[in-house]
Amino acid sequence: MGNSMTEQTQTPETQSAPSSQEDKPDIIRVEQMHKWYGDFHVLKDLNLTVKQGERIVICGPSGSGKSTFIRCINRLEEHQQGKIIVDDVELTDDVRHIDTVRREVGMVFQHFNLFPHLTVLENCCLSPIWVRKIPRKEAEATAMEYLERVKIPDQANKYPGQLSGGQQQRVAIARALCMKPKIMLFDEPTSALDPEMIKEVLDVMIELAGSGMTMLCVTHEMGFAKTVADRVIFMDGGEIVEEAPPHEFFSHPKEPRTQKFLQQILQH
Amino acid sequence: MAESTMKPPKKAFHPIAWMREHLFSTWYNSLLTVLVGYLLVTSVGPLVSWVFLDANFRGSEPSDCTGAGACWLFVSQRLNFFIYGFYPDELQWRVDVMFILLAVAFVPQFIERFPGRKWLGLFGITGLPVIGYFLIPGGLFGLETVESTKWGGLMLTLILAYIGILASLPIGILLALGRRSDMPIIRGLCVVFIEVWRAVPLITVLFMASVMLPLFLPEGMNFEKLLRALIGITLWQSAYMAEVIRGGLQAIPRGQYEAADALGLGYWKKMGLIILPQALKLVIPGIVNTFIALFKDTTLVLIIGLFDVLGTVQSTVTDPAWQNVAVEGYVFVAFCFWVFCFGISRYSQNLERKLDTGHKT
Ligand SMILES: Nc1ncnc2c1ncn2[C@@H]1O[C@H](COP(=O)(O)OP(=O)(O)OP(=O)(O)O)[C@@H](O)[C@H]1O
Ligand SMILES: [Mg+2]
Repeated sequence: MGNSMTEQTQTPETQSAPSSQEDKPDIIRVEQMHKWYGDFHVLKDLNLTVKQGERIVICGPSGSGKSTFIRCINRLEEHQQGKIIVDDVELTDDVRHIDTVRREVGMVFQHFNLFPHLTVLENCCLSPIWVRKIPRKEAEATAMEYLERVKIPDQANKYPGQLSGGQQQRVAIARALCMKPKIMLFDEPTSALDPEMIKEVLDVMIELAGSGMTMLCVTHEMGFAKTVADRVIFMDGGEIVEEAPPHEFFSHPKEPRTQKFLQQILQH
Repeated sequence: MAESTMKPPKKAFHPIAWMREHLFSTWYNSLLTVLVGYLLVTSVGPLVSWVFLDANFRGSEPSDCTGAGACWLFVSQRLNFFIYGFYPDELQWRVDVMFILLAVAFVPQFIERFPGRKWLGLFGITGLPVIGYFLIPGGLFGLETVESTKWGGLMLTLILAYIGILASLPIGILLALGRRSDMPIIRGLCVVFIEVWRAVPLITVLFMASVMLPLFLPEGMNFEKLLRALIGITLWQSAYMAEVIRGGLQAIPRGQYEAADALGLGYWKKMGLIILPQALKLVIPGIVNTFIALFKDTTLVLIIGLFDVLGTVQSTVTDPAWQNVAVEGYVFVAFCFWVFCFGISRYSQNLERKLDTGHKT
């Protein structure tokens, strides 16, 4: 539905961003990863390598395991077989490894998940102060910088409940960025938003993509995918079915399942 | 997002219009208003004359109670016993100091703009108990020792309730967290603790603490009855508190836990900074309910021979010198309890209003 809308969000500098990351180091490696919920095999033999600064869009039908997959990358979900290595740290049961990875990986949720009892500024400063042990003054200054970047510095002292959905999601992005992460995960960041708010959030994400952040983004905003993605990954039934640069993915999908999915989503 | 200079229209207050709208809007509303008005006039009138107008305030002997109303002389003559129990007269200043500190710490909590009231409140839950711990029993710093068997009256009620409330909240929080823990041993222990204590009536707990416990303890390790009762009350109360708090924890959406995890907050920071502040706020009414119930349940210590305010009154209303003063005595007790319980309730309402940041997740 947001297809036509996001077409207009293209900005010249991100469109022309060179996608030559060949020389960059790998920052995420997923090898033969499997996950089960009880007896249900949700993720089947996933393999993915992400280079630093790469922007990846993951799409696929509902229930195909997209959320589960990116939630494995910061260990909100546990995988049972295979390897996940993030920034040279392998995710195992070791709590120290998990903490290290979570410090480097920011996440934005579909339903924002801001802390309602804290102000916008406190939401943003909490983790830098308590996890990174940054002095409060400094953390607040950084938070204001990021709030400015997502264009809501004037809301800093309000509570999340007093903001619109689009504003809340931008705070959530700023909150994740305040930890200065190397990787950002987005799980359908715009799908809980009204159409007129989608653009303001996508604009922020496009700006972020232009700054060289490594991004993994589950979304159905195909305009966004065409604009910023280096690769589009299509998942179905817990498997990665197809993986290609956006122009190839949208114009010459190879797999029949991808073709069917694209037909359905582009019909609107 | 431009600031508008328009103000919302003010609503004027007209008594007649207000009454028409709220008291006489329909025929059944009018009927109800008249009925309630009649009941108020017929019942409040006699009550006021019994308590105030026809009551006896002057004199010192039972024979001075000549009026038709309440004989408050009984209460005022025995007030010392009702408040301090058997605490020696010349040492009662120590208890008075505690009463004053209690008032200094908590009365400002009702005054919105009182300077430094947060610090006074903090003192109330940290410094105050420490001072009380040294001052009331004595024995150190040249203070004469007063055996806990001599404590009684309102002072004892407050000690039991205050320590019970203060200790049961943190223990309850830990039990609630333990019951939701991923670690099976911790979870199991908490479940057993909560279910055992919650299933036993407080009377039984007190009885066990005072009669049975000494039988099991090794010789020479016997500690005071009051302390045993306090431990019993606290543990019993913690089990209830844990369940109230668990209700709050369960109401916090999973997304809050996940967001905290994703930001790298460890277990204790996640709970202390994100989950508990929200969960406790949600269950303030339940927590306060438990506090008030505990406050009143302290009267049960009578069963093990401790004289709280109800106990002291009950033991004197049968004094043959005073005839028919039971009602006055019990009204006095009821009033004491009402003052404190209503205070707790009002404070919690203030707190709820202040903590409401106008949001839903
Ligand atoms: N906690 C869970 N326990 C059991 N099954 C689950 C759990 N969470 C998800 N699933 C199942 O795993 C599958 C993948 O779920 P997931 O949320 O990853 O899908 P998705 O691709 O993100 O879908 P959507 O587009 O609707 O968000 C679904 O079939 C879902 O029913
Ligand atoms: Mg999903």
